Amino acid sequence: MNATEITSQISNAANILNIEKWDYGASFSNDYSVQVDKGLAKQLKASQKQVLTLRVWNKENLVGITTTSDLSETGIRKALEQAYIASEYGNKNEKTDFSPLAKKPIRFKEIEKKSPLGIKKLLKILRSAESKLIDSHESIQSVPYNGLSESFYERIYANSEGALRNYCKSQAVLYLYARAEEKNKKPRSSGSVKLGYGVEEIDIESCIIEASSKTIAHLDYAPIKTGKYLVCLSPEAFLTMINAFSSIFNARSIIDGVSLSSKNSIGEMISIPALNIYDDGLNYKNISSAPFDGEGTPTKKISLINKGKIENFLHSESTAKIFNTIPTGHAGLGSKVSVSPDWIVVERSNDCKDLKTSLEHMSYKGEFVFIEELNAVHAGVRASQGSFSLPFEGWIYKNGEKCSIESATVAGDIKYLLKNIINIEQKGELTTNGISPHVWINELSITGDE
Amino acid sequence: MVTSSIKSPEIIFGECNKKLLEEIIFFGISLGADFVELFIENSDNSNVLAEEDFITSVSPSFGKGAGIRIFKDKRDGFVSTNDLSKHGLMRSISQAIEMLDISEKTNNEIFNGLNKLTDYTKSKINWLKDVPTINEVSEKLLLSTKALKKDNKVIVRKGSYSRNWQEVIIASSDGTYATDIRLHQTVGLNVIANDAQYRSNSSRRFGSHGIPNEFKSWDHEKAANEVYESSMNMLYADYVQAGQMPVVLANKFGGVIFHEACGHLLETTQIERGTTPFSDKLNQKIANEAVTAIDEGISEGSFGSLSIDDEGMEPEKSILIKDGILKKFISDRAGELRTGHKRTGSGRRQNYSFAAASRMRNTYIAKGKYTKDDLITSISDGLYCKSMGGGSVGATGQFNFAVEEGYLIKNGKLTTPVKGATLIGDAKEVMPKISMCGNDLELAPGFCGSISGSVNVTVGQPHIKVDSITVGGR
Repeated sequence: MNATEITSQISNAANILNIEKWDYGASFSNDYSVQVDKGLAKQLKASQKQVLTLRVWNKENLVGITTTSDLSETGIRKALEQAYIASEYGNKNEKTDFSPLAKKPIRFKEIEKKSPLGIKKLLKILRSAESKLIDSHESIQSVPYNGLSESFYERIYANSEGALRNYCKSQAVLYLYARAEEKNKKPRSSGSVKLGYGVEEIDIESCIIEASSKTIAHLDYAPIKTGKYLVCLSPEAFLTMINAFSSIFNARSIIDGVSLSSKNSIGEMISIPALNIYDDGLNYKNISSAPFDGEGTPTKKISLINKGKIENFLHSESTAKIFNTIPTGHAGLGSKVSVSPDWIVVERSNDCKDLKTSLEHMSYKGEFVFIEELNAVHAGVRASQGSFSLPFEGWIYKNGEKCSIESATVAGDIKYLLKNIINIEQKGELTTNGISPHVWINELSITGDE
Repeated sequence: MVTSSIKSPEIIFGECNKKLLEEIIFFGISLGADFVELFIENSDNSNVLAEEDFITSVSPSFGKGAGIRIFKDKRDGFVSTNDLSKHGLMRSISQAIEMLDISEKTNNEIFNGLNKLTDYTKSKINWLKDVPTINEVSEKLLLSTKALKKDNKVIVRKGSYSRNWQEVIIASSDGTYATDIRLHQTVGLNVIANDAQYRSNSSRRFGSHGIPNEFKSWDHEKAANEVYESSMNMLYADYVQAGQMPVVLANKFGGVIFHEACGHLLETTQIERGTTPFSDKLNQKIANEAVTAIDEGISEGSFGSLSIDDEGMEPEKSILIKDGILKKFISDRAGELRTGHKRTGSGRRQNYSFAAASRMRNTYIAKGKYTKDDLITSISDGLYCKSMGGGSVGATGQFNFAVEEGYLIKNGKLTTPVKGATLIGDAKEVMPKISMCGNDLELAPGFCGSISGSVNVTVGQPHIKVDSITVGGR
């Protein structure tokens, strides 16, 4: 079914059930993925998926929601009926409506339409990549986590007031995580992930080189003494941190009492003045960009921190109404409409005179810990309390020499971290989660094995 | 995007589908597959959320789909689809055959038709009717959030209920033909307390399998008291000082560490990947002799119990470690084929869109002879981890777990609460350091995310003492 057909089918069923107000989000996808193990196909997978999330409003204007994968006539009717029953329990304290922007024009970058390469070609490419990675160094014996996938999908939003928008996209992902082991030493693992609109756009060679060099670089390791260190966060690590604490900017989290911010936090100085942070889902480098959110609101760039001050929150329709503003295009259509960032961009602001710009990760000769990648974020971050305690992969640098850290965690508080940034390097780097430069923190607690 | 519009016979739940399933399996075998498996699912789920003194969300969901797996030699191809028509399923079979690049035809005689249906649904037909109504769930959730409102330091109170009902048909070319109904219900409570600059967050989850009325008898007052007390105890806690120290891990959800740090390493998928240090350690000592560990799917009502796994096999009780000696791995069909370890009824998946994999069910360390006090009094300077948060295990087996509620142990006694602690280590080093096991084994429900999606599991243990472990802090 296409967007018009499914909308028409829902409209007809709603008429029969005397449901006047409804909206839906639907997703159709075809996915293909392969994994290999030392040249052999390990798991080959294809899936066709369809998911419909349907909301209806009852006579009291309360909302009910249902999700289904059954898009038959009976399935759609059942979904409408169930959503109507659920609407009896709709939240009376927070009225939800259509987004006022659901019919506003959307911006969508035209991407050349990709066709599936097919499992056989994916397999051939991944086998070759695995083989090259294993051959790149004698200590790399396997690539236990690997995969190449391509996904083709369509997303639709429509409502009973005539809003109807959809887009089709494709995305491909390659990930290679190698395992290296040397005699009388612990195994070490690291890897690389690359995205593209299609497999042919993925820089496979750089993925292999990155996975290999990162893994090998960790072979000579040593424990680190527990203590407080000058820390440089890689772009990926800093973005992981900002995303983990994005409830600071999330109006839904603020209303629910699980954010460190309050309604009055706009204008609050949350970091040093040299920091700017945007959410920029439509950035042309964002492979996963979507032109509208779950409520049909157009995606847009929004400033979250400007010269250290909180400038905006992210909103859905209902949170925007409570904050007397407009939705920002960050809503997810779920059992309770969620709000989340799209793609974070971190920059040094022009109010940066206090930064210690001599701290450059490529040239600084003093002692510091370089955190390349933070792990176990779901377990080690207490977003509502602002605290974190996370294992990481990284190095300790002394006199320009680096040594991989055997095993360690970094712990602290996000507000402390943001206010103790002492340098934001000039050059932003593209990652899968956004763009950020390297960011230096004056002092963070590191727990090591020594 | 298009979906099938061709009318053809379709799988119908609750009716005999044998002939249609045989045709589809035969089709796969005739195209050259060594083995064909169909996993067909019908689901009906419901979630209710209470925040403060209001129901803020009721969200039902339902769906149907099929997962089709083809084996050729030791390779497998998997296709999932929402199209349950004969045409749709055969198209998926063709797709899987093409993936595996099968051109050579197999001897059709390897498929002799399906066995007589093994019907595990007979006593479960009314489960969906017997679960609490939305009204009943809402009323009880609101009572539980009300019970959390004990003083004005509590700023967030949440109660959530989730019911997952799943009807499955499993048919494969070895003759397996079975149908089953699963019912999982969970209820969770979450509280945030705040006083000036101090903040704490506490949560608990309770759950069962196959007991439609369980929620009605759930003691919400007791649960609310437990969550409230935990949040109050932690509200003014100081950050723990990092270092190496002995720890006592509480029973119930304390078992999550064994599950994550060791249990996953005993799944055959880890042997296949070469990511477990235990692959060549069968019948060798890998843990302290105080440790006996079990994985089973048979405890009545436990969250990880099953009548059959997702490959149609009845679950067994597997003694993984006996007195410190590794005795068995957790295995599924692919694991048996590729590693030689016999299936244990542990082939599990979140739903039809995942291929089954070797996964844990109810996994726990067996009880020992000591009391909790014996363990505490044996430590002069250490940490008691009363409640564990989430954790993760890296590709090299290193784990990291957050301690939700912790207390310092000084001179054999519990003293001040501490926050911000994480336990860091790897199974190979930590398992020999579990020197004492208590006599108070208890289990707790949880969700485990891995290669075949999120599955319902039980973790558990008695109180245990680890002689030395790295505690991350400030």
